[in-house]
Amino acid sequence: MGLEEKTGNMGVVTTTLETVVNWSRTNSMWPLLFGLACCAIEMMGAQASNYDLSRFGMELNRASPRQSDLMIVAGRVSRKMAPVLRQLYDQMPDPKWVLAMGDCASCGGVFNNYAIVQGVDEVVPVDVYVSGCPPRPEGLIHGILTLHEKVKKEKITHWA
Amino acid sequence: MSETLEQIVKDMKERFAVESSVYAGDTTLLLSPEYLQAAFQTLRDEYHFNMIVDVTAVDYWPQQEPRFHVVYHIYSMLNNDILRVRVPLNGNGPHLPTIEKIYPGANWKEREVWDLFGITFDGHSDLRRIVMPYDWQGHPLRKDYPLGYEEVQFTFNAAEIDKRKPYAKD
Amino acid sequence: MTNIREVTVDELRHLVSDRAMTGETMLLNMGPQHPSTHGVLRLLLELDGEIVVNCIPDIGFLHTGVEKNMEAKTYQKAEVMTDRLDYMNSVGNNLVYCLAVEKLVGLDVPVRAQVLRVILTELQRISSHLLWLGTSCLDLAAMSVFLYAMREREMILGVMEMISGQRMMTTYIRPGGVWRDVPSEFVPAVQEIVNVMPGRIAEYESMLTKNMLFTERTQGIGVISAEDCARYGLSGPVIRGAGVAFDLRKARPYSGYEQYDFEVPTYDTGDIFGRYMVRMEEMRQSVRIVRQALSRLPAGPVLSDNRKFVPPPRSEIGVSMEALIHHFKLWTEGFNAPRESVFATTESPRGILGVFLEGDGGPKPYRVHYVTPSFVNLQSMPLLTRQHFVADVVGIIGSIDIVLGDADR
Repeated sequence: MGLEEKTGNMGVVTTTLETVVNWSRTNSMWPLLFGLACCAIEMMGAQASNYDLSRFGMELNRASPRQSDLMIVAGRVSRKMAPVLRQLYDQMPDPKWVLAMGDCASCGGVFNNYAIVQGVDEVVPVDVYVSGCPPRPEGLIHGILTLHEKVKKEKITHWA
Repeated sequence: MSETLEQIVKDMKERFAVESSVYAGDTTLLLSPEYLQAAFQTLRDEYHFNMIVDVTAVDYWPQQEPRFHVVYHIYSMLNNDILRVRVPLNGNGPHLPTIEKIYPGANWKEREVWDLFGITFDGHSDLRRIVMPYDWQGHPLRKDYPLGYEEVQFTFNAAEIDKRKPYAKD
Repeated sequence: MTNIREVTVDELRHLVSDRAMTGETMLLNMGPQHPSTHGVLRLLLELDGEIVVNCIPDIGFLHTGVEKNMEAKTYQKAEVMTDRLDYMNSVGNNLVYCLAVEKLVGLDVPVRAQVLRVILTELQRISSHLLWLGTSCLDLAAMSVFLYAMREREMILGVMEMISGQRMMTTYIRPGGVWRDVPSEFVPAVQEIVNVMPGRIAEYESMLTKNMLFTERTQGIGVISAEDCARYGLSGPVIRGAGVAFDLRKARPYSGYEQYDFEVPTYDTGDIFGRYMVRMEEMRQSVRIVRQALSRLPAGPVLSDNRKFVPPPRSEIGVSMEALIHHFKLWTEGFNAPRESVFATTESPRGILGVFLEGDGGPKPYRVHYVTPSFVNLQSMPLLTRQHFVADVVGIIGSIDIVLGDADR
């Protein structure tokens, strides 16, 4: 901000409100504990010992939508599941983000048929799409970091 | 086909007028619907087919007589034999007696056949939809039910499809 | 989009007890979003206080329409769908589909491919059991086992990636053999897993088998008798945990399983603990099978040379006109299968996995039906949970090891 240069090292950091809020949001983004299909196994893999998602402050999966910020749609969404998914989304408090993990959640994937919703963006608004069938844990982590970048760029005017 | 199975097929031919065929080591009996319950009772009690492996159906639409074949697979742990029983059904209001009383494991499998093919099982204790949503119309695995194919987006039609696609609002 | 419809007691009148109608017992909805239903299973529990009077499973939240979709693809292309059914056992799903196709068209598989198939399905069995161990112990509040089990699972996924480029959905087994030969690092990598696993399994057992926190939650809970297992058609570790040594690898061997020396572990209590003991021993037996298979892995081709069904290798296409024609024909039109039906069965980590395949003389399967163990085993939930506490329902779901993709298809 420039203030530090004038006052010297006083142990004070100055920043803008939106930066500090966005910073805290990215570093404690709690995903909803919610797996649908194959991708959920890779999501578990991402949280387990080898990939260790908790490095990014995301190890705490909340089983209740009312305590979570991020919905990782891990897998294909069937027509029977779609209303349930929407209800879970509606139950999450603002601010909330959705990450469509895998091809099925992004666009229907190989299942182009009567039972599967062709992309979860027909049901809930999606922030980040991760491709792969299923994506590797690295892919998921990349998607989450991309989401962090997106959150860091949010403006104070968007919050209203 | 093992000797015991050969004997069973012979007996079933005499008692229930089945037709049999063998392909790639699989034995198939073609059974008419009226003998269904009696035949399975006999197979279970007298010929030790103690395990139901599968109940499913095949749709031969547009052929109407018979339109469906309901296919049962039963397994005998004692003789280590798998037997397939096919039951032909007409396309007009297809229905069959249930074998749930004989093999309790057939309960869900018959529900699934009802859900996906619309074949009613008379006397079934709990004939509700099992895999499709509760208020779904139609029976998806019938051949006259469309697959529900969505057009793939390419550069030339992406904008057009995008316009039609129902994106969710926040 | 449809809304969630409330289920009224009237609709389920025939399933709940009379006391539910007067409001004496309570109906509790568990799932489809619940941390311990292993996916999107929904259970409707009728409770008398904390005791389960009745349990009504509701499945279909992951119904994918795979069977209908496979009818619209050629025999080779339809195989891609099969991985995604039982995503814990994708190699096994490929195997049973390929066995059915091979049976339908009468195709032989070279010996090397058969041995590779055995190695991969057994590795997959270990990895499936490892994930089962991790998640079901997580449900019983044992967090550390999950981290240990996932560590070993990554080793197996590494092998899958090495041979096919994909960690989970390999589609490596193809009609007539396997996709292509394994790289030279394959055998040392598998050898490493085989050497490491027995010690690791002992490590898990040391954490659980005599742990009172674990045994109190598992012994005597979710008991099922051998007769009930047969009546309901249950298979896999559920029936073996009830004392019946029923394993299709022994009873109806496929891919040369009759040549391997292994035992079918059983345990006679029929409760959660019995199923746990059976799965732990099965992992050891799988290691034993893999070790034998590695020692006898012969050299030779890995794909059948019947060009009417199996595409020629890339190297042949450049020099042989005939190979080019076959390649073109197989990947544009596919091969035709006779108007017959076959049924192939294998033993998946969860039980009997079968495929009913019917051809109509054309290049597309007329009807594919997967007979899946999770669907059958899930049916026993009312039987297993009756008169147990709600907290034990979680352990029971874990113990029958359901995969919802397998149950709903």
